[in-house]
Amino acid sequence: MNVLEFTALVGLISGAAGFLGALTGLGGGVVLTPVLVLLLGVDLHYAIGATLVSVIATSSGAAAAYVREGFSNIRIGMFLEIATTVGAVCGAFAAAKIPASQLGVVFGVVLLYSAWLSTLSHGAPRPDEPPDALAGRLRLAGSYPTPQGPKSYKVSHVKTGFGLMFVAGALSGLLGIGSGALKVIAMDRAMRIPFKVSTTTSNFMIGVTAAASAGVYLNRGYIDPGLTMPVMLGVLAGSMLGARLLAGAPTKALRLLFGLVVGVLAIEMIYSGVTGRL
Amino acid sequence: MATQRARMTDQEVDEIIGTLLRGGVMLSAAVVAAGGVWYLIQYGTTAPSYHVFLGEPAYLRNVRGIVGGIPGFHCRRVIQFGLVLLIATPVARVAFSVVAFFLQRDRAYVAITSIVLAVLLFSLLGEH
Repeated sequence: MNVLEFTALVGLISGAAGFLGALTGLGGGVVLTPVLVLLLGVDLHYAIGATLVSVIATSSGAAAAYVREGFSNIRIGMFLEIATTVGAVCGAFAAAKIPASQLGVVFGVVLLYSAWLSTLSHGAPRPDEPPDALAGRLRLAGSYPTPQGPKSYKVSHVKTGFGLMFVAGALSGLLGIGSGALKVIAMDRAMRIPFKVSTTTSNFMIGVTAAASAGVYLNRGYIDPGLTMPVMLGVLAGSMLGARLLAGAPTKALRLLFGLVVGVLAIEMIYSGVTGRL
Repeated sequence: MATQRARMTDQEVDEIIGTLLRGGVMLSAAVVAAGGVWYLIQYGTTAPSYHVFLGEPAYLRNVRGIVGGIPGFHCRRVIQFGLVLLIATPVARVAFSVVAFFLQRDRAYVAITSIVLAVLLFSLLGEH
């Protein structure tokens, strides 16, 4: 296989990952790294570098649409980004210290967890929480548009959310993924922020979190232009197409399919890591 | 009158951030695609080698090297420049937020966004 064929293949795979990632809301990055490593034999460090860059592209592209709709909460996002960016830099430094085989096992475990999360439902009614003093001082409360006019919401458990965001950032920096699922959990479950606000704000944060580790990755030589070019362009094109088709897609079936693919890749990653083939 | 003009609403800030993000991504994709075509013309028939991690040469590893510190202009560097534009897009967004919160006289959030910006600049411009 020469560079031309390799680039075309990587571009196609990345396009499919971005497409499915946008349709299912799970992000394409999480499947792309294992596919690059397991199928194409790319070194794990190059794979996470290329994937992380594509995460910035899709997050920023999608966030551009969301901020205009008025769902994402910039104050919540900015405040929590302190935790995610510091976590991301720590994670990126740790990625250099950990051997590829161990990194592969961690990656597989995180993948399995994401696959399991994707099967859970959300938006269940929840009891009223006492107001959080820190949320008041930081003016985190906001409102989002509904067909019946703007609906306001309060924010709880700010400290727990902040702590979880550090973990999300660290995983993002360690594995070159967006950690969108964990960010949504921190906001939706812990901080009791409405789901739509959580997902759009998470998307908004992913780009900034990823940029925080991308600088370290770049400096360490993880970002190879020849590999990252088809990954970034493919994921971007695929996710733009996916976002356009979102309305009519059988989301539930796709999520299940995607969850299965992620699960298989996760087990394969763990197996490869344990047997030292990474 | 000046204060009226200077105080942006959250909605106006959102609009500008949306435009900034979209513009950054599109510009970066265009530069990466242009460099990519050049790269494929030049190296398309050679063999790819990503099985073993070697790291990138120094001039492709930091912003100064990519943007102009070292002379020489070739395809891999053009792609890398496009990728740096992409990484810089969220950084520009945070920098813009610092200004926006400053114009809104929101001191707490000027401080919060400045911390985030400092972490980003440390990562991007520092030598690790």
